[in-house]
Amino acid sequence: MLYTLLCYNKEDVVWSWSKEEDDAVMNRLSVVHEKLVRQGKLGPSLRLLPTTAAATLRSGMVIDGPFAETKEQLLGFYVIDVENLDAALAVAKELSAANPTSVYEIRPIALYVPEARPNAPKDMIRAY
Amino acid sequence: MTDLAWIHGALTAARPQAVGALLRYFRDMDRAEEAFQDACLKALKSWPEKGPPRDPAAWLILVGRNAALDGVRKQSRITELPPDEEISDLEDAESQVAERLDGSHYRDDVLRLLFICCHPDLPATQQIALALRIVSGLSVAQIARAFLVGDAAMEQRITRAKARIAKADAPFEAPGAVERAERVAVVAAMIYLLFNEGYSAGNDAKRAPLCDEAIRLARLLLRLFQTEPEIMGLTALMLLQQARLGARFDAGGEVILLEDQDRSLWDGKLVSEGLALVDKAMRHNRPGPYQVQAAIAATHARARRAAETDWAQIDHLYQALERMQPSPVITLNRAVAVAKLQGPAAALAMIEPLENSLAGYFHFFGARGAFLLQLGRDQEARIAFDRAIALANTPAEAAHIRRHLDRLMEIRAS
Repeated sequence: MLYTLLCYNKEDVVWSWSKEEDDAVMNRLSVVHEKLVRQGKLGPSLRLLPTTAAATLRSGMVIDGPFAETKEQLLGFYVIDVENLDAALAVAKELSAANPTSVYEIRPIALYVPEARPNAPKDMIRAY
Repeated sequence: MTDLAWIHGALTAARPQAVGALLRYFRDMDRAEEAFQDACLKALKSWPEKGPPRDPAAWLILVGRNAALDGVRKQSRITELPPDEEISDLEDAESQVAERLDGSHYRDDVLRLLFICCHPDLPATQQIALALRIVSGLSVAQIARAFLVGDAAMEQRITRAKARIAKADAPFEAPGAVERAERVAVVAAMIYLLFNEGYSAGNDAKRAPLCDEAIRLARLLLRLFQTEPEIMGLTALMLLQQARLGARFDAGGEVILLEDQDRSLWDGKLVSEGLALVDKAMRHNRPGPYQVQAAIAATHARARRAAETDWAQIDHLYQALERMQPSPVITLNRAVAVAKLQGPAAALAMIEPLENSLAGYFHFFGARGAFLLQLGRDQEARIAFDRAIALANTPAEAAHIRRHLDRLMEIRAS
């Protein structure tokens, strides 16, 4: 079974960490990451930029800032490689046209660590 | 990271909202600050044992308010409130109460706090000192050190600022739309001044926190005004400039110019956040000075090597800035781009008319010296460099020009 672990924290605290504090946390995390890599269990992982860098597409409207409602729940996500925010929004609009009630938060990625499993499956994996 | 570091971070992050809410209750800055201090002391006792609350700001507001009311009750011999240990066990209920009290007020509270610190009656130096004390929570001694003045002088500056605000009778109601826009611009200007205080101090460790505080305040302002492109621009500008910190000075503390910096030392995280904000701001099509300056910084940040810099774009952006804010300093900056595009003669012709207005400006003579040097007019270059050294603001600036002069001597000797 594949799982995604979503990490939540107070961004005003985390993004005010000094470089030393940030490095210390990242170093402790990397010990866990390395163990998972050795065990062949770690897929792609990433760290997001703060929500102040986000924009949200809702019903065709682009709103500055993150997804802020509690009425909807997180159901899935994409990682896309495009030139800039406009290009990312164009992709979100296509997705939204295919699935009109969904809301898309477009958030730049601060750090992207690619798939580390040596025998990572190339085919689609379904849990259902 | 230790628990204590985490608690310190959480207290600092919660401070603007908590002090803002307490100020709304007490309508008195000193009482609000005192109540917040009391709550922080209780947090330092309670959080390591019980773990931090889910909403530190709500906890601090409630405990701070109760502590202050408790004091009043004690004085008037009325029944005391239950001890804080009991209150703290009711985490969820407490958050809900505080949420109901404060959730809707968050924006107004923080904004009121920023507006009070940036009261138009206060000179900029007092605005900055007050914001660092009240919003950022730096100690008077820390602020004094950063501004290279004694503790007593800084204490007096802050006391005067508070007295002036009390006299001005700062209104507690949210201002109307027009006044609000004007005052947001004053807050933004205060934040950028604060940043420049730190930035121009260069590699002086005592003053370096000023840049971090400015960025923290800008992010706070941006969270209050998520759709305001100039606030995005201001935040991006500071992030992109701060990203270069690790590359701006050599081991001996001397200045390394942008084009000579090792770009691998730029902080990639700050760069990507800055670029993302520039992208966001551009979509609004409402350019302003902070956005244009951020776009210039972004153009530098996008060039992997100095030689790949898009000087035509930078020239274009400086022209836009000149139209918005005509200033000889901006023309001087544009001349650097013109020198790259059209050569030093064109750049020199462009800055000659600025001499009267920039007669006391270090960078004018530094740039003129560099252009003259490129044209082979050594004698005149030397005069310009000598003038620059006399006008240098920091020892690092003077040393940088001296190196230019030394190089000039070497080249001509060989």
